[in-house]
Amino acid sequence: MTILDVTNPVEPFLRTDRMPHIWCPGCGIGTTVNCFARALIESKIDLQSLALVSGIGCTGRVAGYVKLDSFHTTHGRAIPFATGLKLANPKLNVIVYSGDGDLSAIGGNHLIHAARRNIDLKVICVNNLIYAMTGGQTAPTTPGHAITSTSPYGTCEPAFNLPHLVEAAGAVYVARWTTFHVKQLARSIGEAFQKKGFSFIEVISPCPTLYQRRNKLGDGLDTMKYYKEKSKVKHGAPTSEVGLTMTGEIIVGKFVDRDRPDYQSLLHAQMVESLGESYVEPSETVCSCS
Amino acid sequence: MKADPRGVLTGTHFLDGDHACCEGALAAGARFAAGYPITPSTEVVERFASRVPKVGGTFIQMEDELAASITLQGAVWGGAKAFTVTSGPGFSLMMEHIGYAAMTETPCVFVDVQRGGPSTGLPTLPAQADMMQARWGSHGDYEIIALCPNSPQECFDLTIQAFNFSEEFRVPVMFMMDEVVGHMTEKVIIPPADQIEVVPRRHTRKAVEDYLPYGTNGDGVPEMAHAGEGYKFHVTGLTHDEHGYPNMTPATQDKLVRRLQNKIHDAIDRITLLEEECFDSEDVVVVSYGITSRVAQRAIEMARERGLKVGKLRLITCWPFPEKRIRELAATTKAFVVPELNLGQMVREVERAANGKARTFAVPHAGGSVHRPEDILKVIVEASR
Ligand SMILES: Cc1ncc(C[n+]2csc(CCOP(=O)(O)OP(=O)(O)O)c2C)c(N)n1
Ligand code: SF4
Repeated sequence: MTILDVTNPVEPFLRTDRMPHIWCPGCGIGTTVNCFARALIESKIDLQSLALVSGIGCTGRVAGYVKLDSFHTTHGRAIPFATGLKLANPKLNVIVYSGDGDLSAIGGNHLIHAARRNIDLKVICVNNLIYAMTGGQTAPTTPGHAITSTSPYGTCEPAFNLPHLVEAAGAVYVARWTTFHVKQLARSIGEAFQKKGFSFIEVISPCPTLYQRRNKLGDGLDTMKYYKEKSKVKHGAPTSEVGLTMTGEIIVGKFVDRDRPDYQSLLHAQMVESLGESYVEPSETVCSCS
Repeated sequence: MKADPRGVLTGTHFLDGDHACCEGALAAGARFAAGYPITPSTEVVERFASRVPKVGGTFIQMEDELAASITLQGAVWGGAKAFTVTSGPGFSLMMEHIGYAAMTETPCVFVDVQRGGPSTGLPTLPAQADMMQARWGSHGDYEIIALCPNSPQECFDLTIQAFNFSEEFRVPVMFMMDEVVGHMTEKVIIPPADQIEVVPRRHTRKAVEDYLPYGTNGDGVPEMAHAGEGYKFHVTGLTHDEHGYPNMTPATQDKLVRRLQNKIHDAIDRITLLEEECFDSEDVVVVSYGITSRVAQRAIEMARERGLKVGKLRLITCWPFPEKRIRELAATTKAFVVPELNLGQMVREVERAANGKARTFAVPHAGGSVHRPEDILKVIVEASR
């Protein structure tokens, strides 16, 4: 008798004792987690050095499913929490994994300031164009005319173009993919690990339960077809030109890859310049254990 | 464990309360602060920003108080002792994260240098009107500890105590200063590091396989691990079980929330710090805290000069409320007089604890200045009748 090895290669990265997860069939969040796990496998990164921080939302639940030091914080505040974690222990590789509403509405101020400071964080933003966890309300990313539970007659607000926003604020790495682009997404996550500084990866992802259904855009499979047909890879595209509409083209690719000293390098340089010998490196003394 | 000498500015100094608080934090081992400027508290972090790079630590000025109050918690899980400092409007913005610290049992200190409110109120003038907010400001059932200093010396000593309590009980500790204490300058003696007792993090010694992030050893306080050590633990503000995993059943909620309450209640005698001059035969006991206790002291002396039998009870620990001592005193005292720089907050607790055994008189003051001793004296005289 042959015993089949049925272990999924991403299983070691997941808290399998917490399965089944809460996500709906056809939801894109699980796909992004799969890509994330594959990026970890491929980059051979030391898992012990990783910490993952989420805010609140369907995407925010990612923190609870990854077998890493993981923090499910408050709505919008994953980035400042991650900032404290990274500053207290600079050796950590800190990932922020959260939704578009969490990161760009309630947490929007932290998003731009972390990019400005160039804190060494890898931000994965699952953009389902809506507030899903709370039942499908309008987000700052909801495209014009879309129907949501709080815009029953269609949204009128202009939406945020997140790559443009974070590039302007100072991010060193900005990419966008959809959940159709699993290989490219995993590769981008791997690339972000190589960068020192504020990296931002936007993943356009379906919420069939609330967004697609209400807008008569079909199910999960229809959305995949849409992503496949309407996505155009344009590496280096000017981010001002990558805004999204409800049914139009989705520009994907790596938009920004540049170098700029990260916050901790700047801090170190400034302190050495001003204090010289009397500057004591934080990492030497920060731990509070006996 | 003894304080790390690098953070201790041993000697006799002339400091204001804000600066003394900063020195207390450094002596206690705080090596991380996140803040957002607000009068009358900013001097604490200004001094920290200048001092901490020389002792091995970090200050970051965040974009707002919502950020500051969670950034410091990230730093705690990264291994640091950390705090934030604010005043009225900023304290209001921090409430969600006081709840997060209570729920996740993140040891940390929130310093609130109280000013007149509501809203922007009196930015440069004192009040003690955040006392109930400190206790109840975040939603849900939880416990915190709140300490109230009345001098720059105590701003130093009790900041260390605040950090020690936060580590011992894994609870956010509110350090409730006020504008006058924050800005008054007095002699502050900082002892040598080997005379300063500092409580280290309750870090687990368990092997990764044996570690239960929210399991306890009987005293209700779990052991911590830090990110990056291989424990692969999960922290959430959702109701969680001993693994730290979300578990949203009434039974888990009941067990968790009761434990968060009981770990403080069960240790209330140890947490309660009082300064007392009562001989169990007073007609009146003046109950006060913070700056008001210094005005009350004068009023008590004036009353005693007139032959009145007046005792003094100063609350150093305001939360958990030391109701046992109030109850005991209520049995032998005619009345309590409670002056405070608000229109009646802690006086409600005194009245509740006295439970009709002694009468309770408030001496309210809307803030902006301190009481006149005569105002308190008048009520003492009335209460003695
Ligand atoms: C302070 C606060 N306000 C509101 C909420 C309710 N809330 C929970 S998740 C959420 C929106 C999440 O949307 P998004 O970040 O886009 O994540 P998704 O669920 O779509 O993955 C809101 C408004 C909350 N938890 N906390
Ligand atoms: S509601 Fe939408 S985003 Fe949330 S799990 Fe379901 S499909 Fe995914």
